[in-house]
Order: sequence, then C-alpha cells, then structure tokens
Amino acid sequence: MESTIIKSRNFNASFGSNHVVKNVNIDIPRNHIIAVMGPSGCGKTTYLRCINRMHELIPGATSSGEMDLNGEDVYQMHPIFVRLKIGMVFQRPNPFPNLSIYDNVIAGYKLNGIKLPKAERDRIVEQSLTKVALWKEVKDSLNKKGSFLSGGQQQRLCIARTVAMEPEVILFDEPTSALDPISTSTVEELFHELKANYTLIIVTHNMQQAARVSDKTAFFFLGELVEYDETKIMFTNPKDNRTQNYITGRFS
Amino acid sequence: MAQLETELQLLKTEVINMWTLVNSQLSKARTAFLNFDKDLAREVVLKEKRVNGSELKIDRDCENIFALFCPVAIDLRFLLAVLKINSNLERIGDIAEGIAKYVIDAETPFTEELLKVTRILPMYEEAVHMLEDTQSAFEKEDTVLARSVFKKDDFLDSVNKASNKVLETHLATRPEDTAQALWLLSIIRRLERVGDQTKNVAEEIIFYLEAKVLKHKNKFA
Repeated sequence: MESTIIKSRNFNASFGSNHVVKNVNIDIPRNHIIAVMGPSGCGKTTYLRCINRMHELIPGATSSGEMDLNGEDVYQMHPIFVRLKIGMVFQRPNPFPNLSIYDNVIAGYKLNGIKLPKAERDRIVEQSLTKVALWKEVKDSLNKKGSFLSGGQQQRLCIARTVAMEPEVILFDEPTSALDPISTSTVEELFHELKANYTLIIVTHNMQQAARVSDKTAFFFLGELVEYDETKIMFTNPKDNRTQNYITGRFS
Repeated sequence: MAQLETELQLLKTEVINMWTLVNSQLSKARTAFLNFDKDLAREVVLKEKRVNGSELKIDRDCENIFALFCPVAIDLRFLLAVLKINSNLERIGDIAEGIAKYVIDAETPFTEELLKVTRILPMYEEAVHMLEDTQSAFEKEDTVLARSVFKKDDFLDSVNKASNKVLETHLATRPEDTAQALWLLSIIRRLERVGDQTKNVAEEIIFYLEAKVLKHKNKFA
C-alpha cells in the first residue's frame, strides 16, 4: 500500500488580501511523480512554495491549514530543516556562476556550514552527479565553472545540488521550460529514475509533459484544487468540466 | 475556436457524410434487392469506391490530428471512436456492395414466399433503421438513442437464428428453391453482421460521450 509523504488539509495561502490557494486537501504518495497544472495565476506555484515554506519568505505572504511531511506539520519544524528534507529546482537553471561544478554540487553543505572530510565530499559529488546522469559527462572537468555547461546540463547540475542534500521530496517549478526538447527529454528520463528514491512534485505548463512523466496529476483553477487523480484518468476521462476544458484547450 | 476544435468539427462532418453515403448504399442495395433492379445494384457496386475513399481520408485525418494536436480527454475518445466507427462503416459499405452483387448475379427475383417465411424484409428494414439511428445519435450526441439500437439488434439476431430451420422446412416441400434459399441465407448472415457492426458503432458513441466501455458487456445492465 502506498504511504502518504505530503498531506495538506484545508490549506490556504495569501499575499496580503489576495487569497491565492483555497482550502487545498491533497495526499501525495511516496516515490511518486505528481504533476501540478493549471492556468497562470491559479495558485499552483504558490502551493508548491508552501510545501517547503518558501512562500513565507515573500513580504505579506501568509498561510494557514495543515501541511504535513511524514505526518509532522512542516510549519512546526525549523524552515531550514524543512528545505533540507524538501528540496527545490527552479524554472531557469541557476548554478552558482562563480563556483566549480564540484562546489555547486556540495554548495548545500557549505552554505549550511556542514563540514565534511574530503573523501566524503568526493563521494557525495560523484553519487549525486551519477544520480542525475551527469557524472560521465563532467567527471574530467569538475573544477570548471558550472556556467560552462549547456542549459540541460546546468539544470541536471541543479538537480544534483538538490539531491546531494538527500531530501525526501523534490519540488520542481517548471523545470524544463527553459530547455530545448533534447535536454527536456533527458531531464524527463531522469525524473523516472529519481522516483525510486524521492517523491517529485512538478509544476508544469506543458500538459504533454505532465501526461508523459507523472503518476498523478493535480489541476488547480482560481486557487482551488479542482481535480486530483491518476494521470491516465485525468487525460482520458477527467471528472470535472473545468479540467476537461483546460486540458483540451477550450478555456476562454 | 481553437484549431483542434475546428479540425474535429471538420472530421465529424466527414464522418457524417460517409455515414450518409453508407446508409444510402445499404438502402439502395435493399431497393435493388426488392425490385430486382440490376442497374441500381450496379450503381451501388460503383459507389463502393467512394466509401473506400472516405475511409482512407478519415483514417489519414485522424492520424494527422493525433500527430499535430496530441488530443486528450473527450477529444482523444472522439478520435479513437471515429477510427473504429470508420472501420465499421466501411465494412457495412462492403456488405451493401455484396448484396448488390447478388442482385446482379441472380437469374430470377426471389419468390414472395421465401421472402415472407425468412422475414428478411423486416430484418433489412430494421438494419437500415439501426444505422440511421446511430447516425442521428452521433450527430446529436445522443447516447439514449445510441443505446436504443442494442434492443433492435435482438430482432436481427432472432431472424438469423431462425433462418436455418425456416429454410429447412420450406425446402422440404419446395426443393426447387434451394439455390435461392442459399442466397437468401447468405444475405441474412450479412444483415446480421450489419446489426453487430452498428452495435459496435453505438458502443463507440457511448464510449466517446460517456467514457464508458460497453464492449463484451451486458448492454442492458
């Protein structure tokens, strides 16, 4: 039986008086890929950023309700600990431009003041780059700057940087929208491999990507979670007309 | 209107046009059969090429829409249904052609008595109605009408089932009708297939509109 890793109950988020996430209830199963889709402004990215408490970093942003990681309320945990457990990858690849590939991968440890012996650092770098299928491509140029890599490689480096911290959940905010189709395909293949060890929650505007990579899909509209089901069902027989209108491009 | 919607609308019109053509083929083959009209039968055989042409065009258009628009949900179900409806309609077109060929090859009109005992005329009429009803159901997106053909098919099945015994009894006293009886039996079998294919089409309409799979299931449950 699948176990729930993230659970939201009556979860709300606002920017000042603008109520952008409304009463969301969702159970996200462990080691699954969840796609979150919906039109711009529907609250999907805000919801994603609430999962690892990035939302509260914005002035005026508030939230309420229950957001659990493994049954524990993330809003009762230290936010840094939450973000170690729930990593995040953004739309544009953002490796630290002045750091080498090697230092980019272990940046999380350095920034958190975690000191590790060289052998341990080497192991983490190799393991993380291997997990994102980048090791063979960069193993001879680990001291080069991360910004010398192609867009797709940079995004995989950012995923390696997240993976290096051994999170349980990785949040992706439109992770391939800045990549060409070949890099997108490489990253999508990577999702399937990462699923064995992590739970992936991916906000995407690309519906075909949601259909290709995810096990379950959540559709947000005007801040509400309209429908959440197996991806196969969502793309063949959605129950709510708003979902159907959105995925068939009939939203006016 | 989104481009995909326009393409699907055009495709629906093509399918309806093909349906009208196949209906006309089946009805004309019936008239040719009833009136022993060899000219009309030849017309049906000639027009079969148009049915085949429509089938190929609809297949190609579906393929293009799949490739270019990656349809999902009701659009995906519509296209999957159209592919199967297309194939069933083409087969019904083949059956109309086959019946027309019997009329062309037959030497004498079928005897009134044979037509009566086999109940082939009401059977043929019901088959034509079933096809018309499914066309209306497709055009109007009416699943109640689509479901109504399941019941009508029972009559076709009953005529088909009874035909061996009926003809056996008839031939016991009228052995000279053997050749005609064999031809009629063949047409009855084909009409029974029309009933099955029309039922398949009705199932596809329900699948597309309601996302319910009725294949290999009790339709009246």
